[in-house]
Amino acid sequence: MTEHAPTADTVLPADDALNQLSARFGDALQRDTRPGYEGLIVDPDHLVAVATALRDDLGYDYLASATAVDYLGKGDHFEMVYHLCQTSGGPPLVLKAQTPRETATLPSLVGVWPGAEFQEREAWDLMGIRFEGHPDLRRILMWEGFAGHPLRKDWKEAYYEQDQKPFDSRWPGGHVRRAEELVPYGRNVRYPDGFSPEDYEEIAETPQARGLSSLGPGVEVEELATDRLVVNLGPQHPSTHGVFRMSIMLSGEEIVSLKPIMGYLHRNHEKIGERNTFIQNMPFTDRLDYICSLSNNLGYALAVEKLMALGARYQPPTYRAEVIRVLMAELTRIVNHIWAIGFLLNDLGAYFTPMMYVINERELILDFFEAVTGSRMMCNYMRFGGVAADLPERMRSEAQLLNDRVRDVNTMEYLRDLITERLPRAIDQIDTYLTTSEVVTNRCIGVGVLTREDAIATSAAGPVLRASGVPYDVRRADPYSIYPELEFDVACRTHGDVYDRYLIRLDELHQSLRILNQILPRLVDTEGEPIFAGRGGMYSPRVPAGEAYGRVENPKGELGFYVVSDGGQNPWRYHVRAPSFINLTPLERMCVGHKVADVVAILGSIDIVLGETDR
Amino acid sequence: MYGTGLWRGLRVTLKHFIDTYLEDIRYGFRRHVPVEAFPERQGLEARGTFTVQYPEEKLATPERFRFIPFLVVENYDHPERPGHDWCTSCGICAKVCPPQCIWIVRSDDPETGRPIPEPAEFYIDIDICMNCGFCAEFCPFDAIKMDHDYELASYDRTTAHIFDKQRLSKEFRYWQSIAPTRAAEEAAARGGWEHKDVLKQKQREAKDKGAAAE
Repeated sequence: MTEHAPTADTVLPADDALNQLSARFGDALQRDTRPGYEGLIVDPDHLVAVATALRDDLGYDYLASATAVDYLGKGDHFEMVYHLCQTSGGPPLVLKAQTPRETATLPSLVGVWPGAEFQEREAWDLMGIRFEGHPDLRRILMWEGFAGHPLRKDWKEAYYEQDQKPFDSRWPGGHVRRAEELVPYGRNVRYPDGFSPEDYEEIAETPQARGLSSLGPGVEVEELATDRLVVNLGPQHPSTHGVFRMSIMLSGEEIVSLKPIMGYLHRNHEKIGERNTFIQNMPFTDRLDYICSLSNNLGYALAVEKLMALGARYQPPTYRAEVIRVLMAELTRIVNHIWAIGFLLNDLGAYFTPMMYVINERELILDFFEAVTGSRMMCNYMRFGGVAADLPERMRSEAQLLNDRVRDVNTMEYLRDLITERLPRAIDQIDTYLTTSEVVTNRCIGVGVLTREDAIATSAAGPVLRASGVPYDVRRADPYSIYPELEFDVACRTHGDVYDRYLIRLDELHQSLRILNQILPRLVDTEGEPIFAGRGGMYSPRVPAGEAYGRVENPKGELGFYVVSDGGQNPWRYHVRAPSFINLTPLERMCVGHKVADVVAILGSIDIVLGETDR
Repeated sequence: MYGTGLWRGLRVTLKHFIDTYLEDIRYGFRRHVPVEAFPERQGLEARGTFTVQYPEEKLATPERFRFIPFLVVENYDHPERPGHDWCTSCGICAKVCPPQCIWIVRSDDPETGRPIPEPAEFYIDIDICMNCGFCAEFCPFDAIKMDHDYELASYDRTTAHIFDKQRLSKEFRYWQSIAPTRAAEEAAARGGWEHKDVLKQKQREAKDKGAAAE
């Protein structure tokens, strides 16, 4: 059960931090007293000092998430929200800094937590907050020719219809029209003042061409007098797992700097999310990391349930609902990790053979997902306070056509055979096939090393963090659902290279099977119990005003949803802490000194999905 | 010794390679394996070839499978209300739809101006529909359901992809055929196979009759 109400014997991280720091900072550090809000508000002038103190003296060494909120009409300020964690575990501390909308300037925290680099760039790009002292404050998801900062509440897009869904034009007088008929082609693009797309030179976008060094200001490197070559990799390249692009500067064959360029799949998920009602966001979360839609659902459901728990009439999910949620989340982890391993081998040049072997196993899990949720990948299965439907008794398909091939098996038997026989066999097969293969070891061992300190500092998460020797897993560090009662180990490896990131996925596959084996008897025991407490499944749940950060250990790392509600039908702010996005922050550190071919392997070992990176 | 790991791995490849021919050997190198072989090919015991030869063979979809929604209407041979809409145009599906792809025109009584419970027009823009299934999940009348017909490719999206009421309507019988278990569950929840309003009407009539008899 998720229980978020503070009890007498636990000290909230914010109180603890305030007690320790108030003597040093006095009025500059204050408790956030708005109802439904938590954490500390710090005066922008003291932000860097407070952050440094939190990191060095209180052990908040890990910046989980940094994002901005536009409180237009509710105080007319921007608020930067930082979620800080200790890698030894515990709930996050929420730190906030406010700045008026007119000036919109805050000091950058990249010097304290380098993991803020991309997240502050994102806040600048989408919200227009200028970060003083940021080494490379450029747009990150949009291009330079984009006018405005789209997450500001007063920014309207080309097909703008209405601030909030449901749109009035749909019912009761819903005469259909296609949105593009209203905005003829070519007339819906705006450029910033003084920007001319004809004169725009793409090369100016290449960071190295603008003289940006990877090592930051003040670092001098003794160099041979060689010519440097800028190589562009992607976005249309199979090794980038989608439309990801890297601008690489080479000295000879060696990489001296690498800048990721992303946003080719950007659709402003967060703006769409603020326009949607709470429940309407659920199917959109499927489309973030489309390999792991069920655990995305879980993260979002947890965030909104935290908000709903602030209200009086909230009933937490039933035990069966929690069991099914964990079942789905762990099956998703298996799907993701075998996929990641298959793709890593693809990147190493094994082409599709290992990939096809693991996809067989994935298919069997997706068949189960399809029978339960109705879709193989876009599952849309979790609801606030439960799940959409109980497991069906039989996984049965209905023939409509002569050539339809029909399946009819008992769901629990299928699940048991899958978890106890088929998947362990398949995972052992992957192990035999790849782990000792010289093709894998030669290409992976010692490549793309990320040290423990760098991994923490750059906010790496999930397998990337744990392969660098940090046993940090949200399922244990800040437990949710029924994970506290389940036995499993947090996989951890120490070398931080590509090979360890491969091994850690194998370890986690075994741990997931261990969890699933504990889930099976629980599923049998709870058979027939309700999947909703009270009358669940409402399409317009009452969500009280406040803020909540729901975090889950997604297969790719910590997935967080920061949701602010003003008490209405729609979230006021909806932010996704995307592991695929933030895990790219240390990419350059891993790649410098290696060859271009290694970049492909390193990127494969981070395991990104562009649907989540670009959002 | 250098290379042993590679050879051990390649044994797995060899095993898979041989496995792909087992089925062929068993069924005499026929182009399509017989229907009986399907559970083996796609089940938990599957080895070797795993694929289905679409479009000659197709995987039947499970009951909960969801694709573009359709509107349930009474069977066309229904004795009292053939082809009558189950939809009452309450608008819940249009309100809950995440991409807002449903347009409904409610019909009003021309004399009194009060709404009558059936839609005058009903549109779904299938280009926008994201197949989430919320409309079917939250419909209080079981009047909109997710379809199993996924072969909707067309040559012209500008004209062919807005489905009107006629294109969306399918008989109740069809829903029973694609999802028998769920149709039965829903009927049990409603208290009969008929539409909720019809059942209510019948209950009311029975009550009146009982009262008159007394």
